[in-house]
This record gives sequence, C-alpha cells and structure tokens, in this order.
Amino acid sequence: MNINATLIGQTIAFAVFVLFCMKYVWPPLLAAIEARQKAIADGLAASERAEKDLQLAQESASLKLKEAKAEAADIIEQAKKRALQIVDEETQRGHEEREKIVAQGHAEIEAERNRAKEDLRKQVSALAIAGAEKILEREIDAAAQSDIVDKLVTEL
Amino acid sequence: MASELSSTDYILHHLTNAAMCTTENGIAFNKACADAGFWTWHIDTLAWSIALGLLFLSIFRSAAKKADTGVPGKFQCFIEMVIEFVDGTVKSTFHGKSPVVAPLALTIFVWVLLMNVMDIIPIDWLPWLAGQVGYHGFGVDPHHVYMKVVPTTDLNLTFALSLGVFALMIYYSFKIKGFGFVKELSMNPFNHWLFIPVNLVLELVTLFAKPLSLALRLFGNLYAAELIFILIAMIGVFQLPLHFIWAAFHILVIPLQAFIFMMLTIVYLSMAHEKH
Repeated sequence: MNINATLIGQTIAFAVFVLFCMKYVWPPLLAAIEARQKAIADGLAASERAEKDLQLAQESASLKLKEAKAEAADIIEQAKKRALQIVDEETQRGHEEREKIVAQGHAEIEAERNRAKEDLRKQVSALAIAGAEKILEREIDAAAQSDIVDKLVTEL
Repeated sequence: MASELSSTDYILHHLTNAAMCTTENGIAFNKACADAGFWTWHIDTLAWSIALGLLFLSIFRSAAKKADTGVPGKFQCFIEMVIEFVDGTVKSTFHGKSPVVAPLALTIFVWVLLMNVMDIIPIDWLPWLAGQVGYHGFGVDPHHVYMKVVPTTDLNLTFALSLGVFALMIYYSFKIKGFGFVKELSMNPFNHWLFIPVNLVLELVTLFAKPLSLALRLFGNLYAAELIFILIAMIGVFQLPLHFIWAAFHILVIPLQAFIFMMLTIVYLSMAHEKH
C-alpha cells in the first residue's frame, strides 16, 4: 500500500469527470427538472382555478335554477288565478244572458198572450154583435150600443 | 481458490494491485516493479475507476440528452431522483453560489458508490478471470497476475479525491476571503497577535486533517470490508451464510461511505465559502 504515480492519474481522471459533469450533465438535467417542476406547478394552479370556476358556475347555475323555479311557480299561480277569474266572469255573464233571454221570452209570451186576448175579445165581441143582430134581426149600431158590447167584452 | 497457496499468499494476492512501471528493459509489470518507487502505476485501480467513471458519465449524459419537460420515463425518473437528492443535500448545506459544488458532489457520490459496489462482486471472480487471461493470453503464472477490482481500497484513489477537494477548498478560501483566509488561520482560536504561531499550528493541523480524514475514512472502511470478505472466503463451505450476512451489512456501508464523502465535501467547501 503505497502512494505512487497512480495518484496523479486518478487526480486527472477525477478533474476531467467533474468538469464533464459540470458542463454536460448537471445543467441540462437540473434545467429539465426545474422546467418540469414549473410546468407541474402551473398545471396544478390551472386545475385549481378551473375547479374554482366550476364551483362558481355550479353555484350560479343552481341560483338561476332556483330563480327560474320561483318564477315558474309564480306564473302558474297567476295563470290559475286568471283561469278562475275567467270562469267566474263567464259564469256570471252566462247567468245574466240567461236571465235576459228568459225575461225577454216571458215578455214576448206576455205580449203574445195579450195580443191573442185582444184578438179573441174583438172576435168575441164581433161574434156577440153578430149573434145579437141575428137575435134582434136588426142592425145594431155598434157605436150606439157600444156600452153594451163593452160590458160583454169585459165579462168575457 | 487458495488450494495451492498459503492463506497469507492468498490474502496478499488479493490485496496487491496490478502495477505497471518503466524499467531500463522497457515496460514492466507487477513483481518487476517492486523497486520502481513513485513512478509505478496501479493499472487495475486506474482501469476500473476510469471505466466506472465513464459508466457514470455516459448514463447521466444520456439522461441529460433526453431530458425535457414532458412525462419522464422510469430511467429518466431514477436519474432525476439522484440529481434531486444531491441537489437537495447541496442546497440545505451549501448556501453560497457556485457552479462547481453540486456537480462535484454528484460526481463524487455516484462515482464512489459505483466503485464501492465493486466490493459486492464475489472477490475471486474477476481476479480469477484476470489470472486466466494472463495465463492463456500472455503465458504468465496466474498467481502473479494481480487484480484489485475495488478502486476505493487503493489509497491513491481516495487521496486523489480528497486532494482534489482540498485544492478546491484552498482555491475558494482565497478567492472568497482573500487575505481573510490567512487571518482566519492565524487569529483563531486565540484572537491576539502573541498567539499567532500557536494558532497557525492548530489551524493548519485542522486544515490538513480534513483531506487526510476524508481519504483515510473511505479507504479504511472499504479496505477493512474487503479484508473481511477475503477472510470469509478462506473458511470453505461455511463462507456462504457468513458471506451473505457480511454482504448484506456491507450494502449499508457502501452508500453510506459514498454519502459521507459527498456530504463532507459539501461541508468543507461551504466552510471555505463562509466568512467568519
């Protein structure tokens, strides 16, 4: 075990190895590692941001949905109210129409009856007069005996 | 195995590096280099460590070339986990700004780890293979072919690492603190000019203890582990459970020692960057 010229050779080899490592091995590897670390950190940050965005979007979507539901319920409520109102109004109108028609019918029937009554009375009075003429065999002055005729008519 | 060798020979064979040197007869190997002194090269340490270093660089370079910001594959993820682990350790300990510290820590960690892992390979395999190659290829006695496959059990390698770190420590100390570094060495821990020699002795011992302990800790741990593997390998068939237990324990030591070396490097360099 002695120190000899091998020491020199080894020292030179060591120096060359360290220099080579310093120039061609260490810098590219470390640069790649650092670049990748940065890329990963960026990716993580981006995914975190995306997650936050997604959460916000979900929140706003659920909010919108709730609003829409409330609005829809409102509209349905209004529609129901309106429908009821329309039904009420129509029923009311129908009633009124019916009453009106019925009243009109009544009035017409009354008028018809009155007219028929009048006709009948006239015909009866004419008949009575004709009968009386036959009985009396003479002409009765309708105008002179109108009081009798009238009395007859009212008795009918 | 050790059948025709004594235990001492077997251990020594495993603990001797393959050496290469130049003599007056040209290039010589192993035993012929016994007298070569300083100018001996441990070719096994050099070859294995450089091969493992190139393996480390090619793996990480291929990951670096493919690196982009898209979804990473499993291999890419694994490499980036290592990078992030080292980067996190550096950032939590070293607060200055330096383009050197993090790649240096990565290189030390992975390279030392790979070299330590060689200790897990059954200790006879590669030396036996080398012996066969030496015997059939070059006509050498396989017992004279040495092959230590764990480069971190060679003091030359651990000292090369720690001295490299030490050079950076000195360089940054002067670069960041300038004259303040000298002041730090001479005016601590006793802040009085009379104590300057005492301070210098204390601080210089502290300073030089850093690379020394760095190198010796790694070397000692791996060398001792290697030695225990060798001892276990010598006891015959009962080595199997023992070898398993020691290897399982050693799996803890391997990354731990690599981590400690990296961590102390970062700490020392951060101390070099800090003004007191």
